[in-house]
Amino acid sequence: MSKMPSYTSTTNACKLCKPLGASIAFRGIEGCVPFLHGSQGCATYMRRYIISHFNEPIDIASSSLGEKNAIYGGGPNLKLGLKNVTSKYAPQLIGVATTCLTETIGDDVPMLLAEYRNEFGGSEMPLLVHVSTPSYSGTHMEGFHAAVKAVVEQLASDTIANGSINLLSGFISPADIRYLRGVCDDFGMATTILPDYSDTLDGPAENDYPLIPAGGTPLHAIKQMGGARATIELGATLPAESGGTVLLHRHATPLHRTGLPIGIRATDAFFALLSELSGRAVPAPHAAARGRLIDSMVDGHKYIFGKRAVIYGEEDLVVGLVSFLAEIGVQPVLCASGGKSGRFADAITAALAGLDCELPIVREDVDFFDIETLALELGIDLVIGHSKGYTFARKENLPLIRVGFPIHDRVGGQRILHLGYHGAQALFDLITNTVIDRKQSESPVGYSYM
Amino acid sequence: MSTLPLLNERSSQIHRKGTAPFELECNKDSLAGAVSQRACVFCGSRVVLYPIADALHLVHGPIGCAVYTWDIRGALSSGPELHRLSFSTDLQELDVVFGGEKKLEKALNELIPLHKPKAAFVYSTCIVGLIGDDLEAVCKKVGAVHGIPVLPVQSNGLKGNKRAGYEAACDAMARLVGTGDITGISKHSINILGDFNLAGEIWLIREYFERMGIEVVANITGDGRVDDIRRCHGAALNVVQCSGATMDLANRMQKRYGIPSVRVSYFGVEDMAEALYTVGRHFGDQEMLEKARQIVKKELVTLLPELAKYKKALSGKKAAIYVGGAFKAFSLVKAFRLIGMDVVMVGSQTGTKEDYLELEQITDPGTIIVDDSNPLELSAFLREKDVDLFVGGVKERPIAYKLGVAFCDHNHERKEMLAGFQGMLNFAREVYGSVMSPVWKFVPRRLPLQDQDGTEVASEQ
Ligand code: SF4
Repeated sequence: MSKMPSYTSTTNACKLCKPLGASIAFRGIEGCVPFLHGSQGCATYMRRYIISHFNEPIDIASSSLGEKNAIYGGGPNLKLGLKNVTSKYAPQLIGVATTCLTETIGDDVPMLLAEYRNEFGGSEMPLLVHVSTPSYSGTHMEGFHAAVKAVVEQLASDTIANGSINLLSGFISPADIRYLRGVCDDFGMATTILPDYSDTLDGPAENDYPLIPAGGTPLHAIKQMGGARATIELGATLPAESGGTVLLHRHATPLHRTGLPIGIRATDAFFALLSELSGRAVPAPHAAARGRLIDSMVDGHKYIFGKRAVIYGEEDLVVGLVSFLAEIGVQPVLCASGGKSGRFADAITAALAGLDCELPIVREDVDFFDIETLALELGIDLVIGHSKGYTFARKENLPLIRVGFPIHDRVGGQRILHLGYHGAQALFDLITNTVIDRKQSESPVGYSYM
Repeated sequence: MSTLPLLNERSSQIHRKGTAPFELECNKDSLAGAVSQRACVFCGSRVVLYPIADALHLVHGPIGCAVYTWDIRGALSSGPELHRLSFSTDLQELDVVFGGEKKLEKALNELIPLHKPKAAFVYSTCIVGLIGDDLEAVCKKVGAVHGIPVLPVQSNGLKGNKRAGYEAACDAMARLVGTGDITGISKHSINILGDFNLAGEIWLIREYFERMGIEVVANITGDGRVDDIRRCHGAALNVVQCSGATMDLANRMQKRYGIPSVRVSYFGVEDMAEALYTVGRHFGDQEMLEKARQIVKKELVTLLPELAKYKKALSGKKAAIYVGGAFKAFSLVKAFRLIGMDVVMVGSQTGTKEDYLELEQITDPGTIIVDDSNPLELSAFLREKDVDLFVGGVKERPIAYKLGVAFCDHNHERKEMLAGFQGMLNFAREVYGSVMSPVWKFVPRRLPLQDQDGTEVASEQ
């Protein structure tokens, strides 16, 4: 690879800040109000950002710190904020995430929450979970995983065996969560999916503004996660310490870590795991879906073979997508992420094992300036990732296939299905038709048959 | 009837016209835990300076603040598009511990030669205020090296609310003003302040003024250019739109250069016409005023019959307004009147006492007036007043949609041109298209009663 300039600053980042990830994870818990301990601006910005993807309200409370608080500590505002949220929303849980500001002034949130519990304890008091998410380290993915871990650590206690399965599914779309729930049901397994924002961030039209939207992982189920038969944790670049490892170490819940089930082989592996855990064969409708997927891949393989793609976004998602692209004959030439787990490159190599696919260039901790510079050198046909690649795709007149988060320039970001045979089918049709559409519209004569 | 609990601490910021003598608290810090719709100081600065298209805008802070404001506004440029990129120093833990000045300096030294901007704005974020980086010193040093103005924007998020950010932005621009050559500027010349060229509006406004024989020296800041701002003190008049954003700069220019300013709005027929007349009257030039009248006449001849069609359909429908600055709300109230709709709720994030007093005067009895509101209150008001349309920004949209209420975006993100005469027509069209959509027949709010198995028992009309 030729001179890839390395800049001190970031131009068009390919990542978001930690508290945003935590807020989304908290939103996926029943009766929970996400609460940012920091200045008003961040909470508003993140709300706006999340709203633009899900097209759903998301109330994120803030301790709205001002200058005085920064000097004397944010404790009083944190407590006042918790009190106000409690009286207004009557939440069952408040998920408190710190920000760059409160981390820097050194507020001791666990201590403040303990004080708050002493001062205001009582039956009306919601549960409080706190997570440290300084925005100057890591990305939204780390914030997401940290919040899941904090919830498990601080709420899961019951270790009486209950025969259910914990599924820590990572940062996926509401459609993906709904799909996973259906799959687990079809295997006849009682499953606790954490977090579950499939309803809270993709709810029905209502007659009233819900104080807290219905849905989310039930709190009683979270409390019992320690007694589950096993934990499945999805993601190929998971942190060493996670919700799954907490359950393993504290409650001896067996842990199965596997990548996001995107594409055929990853889904096969996931279904095999479910078969093993449930003692059931793959349910017929899913076996049929797999069959149809392969059949369609045969129908469409010609149009996409050898197309060169750049894929970017959260590391786990990129790993999943790369594996799938290699399966359908699209050559991933560049895999990029703003995250830096240190596990990205190895995970990509592992995901491609066994296919005749050249290893792509893998870059972590990059921004869109880097991605663009590299992609142009490599020569590509397809851009695959979230909406923020639009600037670059438009400039280079390349088709953008929208997946992941955020999708800010289309409706339905929350309805994109990435997982399982059904997700692979949707992605396959989308990618193939995008390529066909390009060819068709660039044809001087046009044609109405493939 | 309001079904939702409102926080007691908030009651002084909500007024129902006619129920009590008018008194409304405002310009307070947002209440902790209240889920305010407000952004921050940084956001205020970013909004104002953002459209300056040939400047480098570098956010000095952790990644979030820069990322959430990347290409977020609909501010168009007729040339360079540097403003659409998102630059950040992406502060990391070590920078926070040891200070970020070195990183900032290095970042500027890389970015300036690469993008060759006419100036650079360096935005401070809340954390930068805390770690105490000396932005001023770094900017001065780097500016001297590269020979361009490098301007610190003191938009530390803790300094107050969005209004403090407007001031910080004006402060930064004020350093540019007066540094350019002003020879040859006409005595009939203006600066357009406070229009951000969303969807190309400022082009339309400029054209009106140019048709009146006026020279526009600088757009501040829509489709803005550094060099124009440097010489804008050569203009004879500042024409300022919007209540807060750029008034501060106009005031400074009045003090420093004796340039008077007038306040106008380009939204709605009355306000747009009045804006042209105000400027014409200022120059006291009969020919110019006559041209303004001609423009208004010509536009109205085509506009009014079109509007009449919409008015017929929309008469008696109810609208609610919640916007950033209160000045925009005045125009919206009038614009709704023009298309026959009743405004039943109006509020803003950052209105002043005078703003709310004016709202109280121009609204009908019973209208709810609110400062610094939040989703629960807003949704309660929408339901209480059973509105047909809500006007706000992206954060307000899902509130309306969730409740089955039509919505129009009137914020910095919008892609529709709403200013000027053409804009009024666009607005009416959009309101019509939103309110009259058949979709509202299907939302729970308007659904006929259903029996348990979901089949209709009575149908509406
Ligand atoms: S980077 Fe810090 S200040 Fe900016 S939005 Fe994120 S948490 Fe808030």
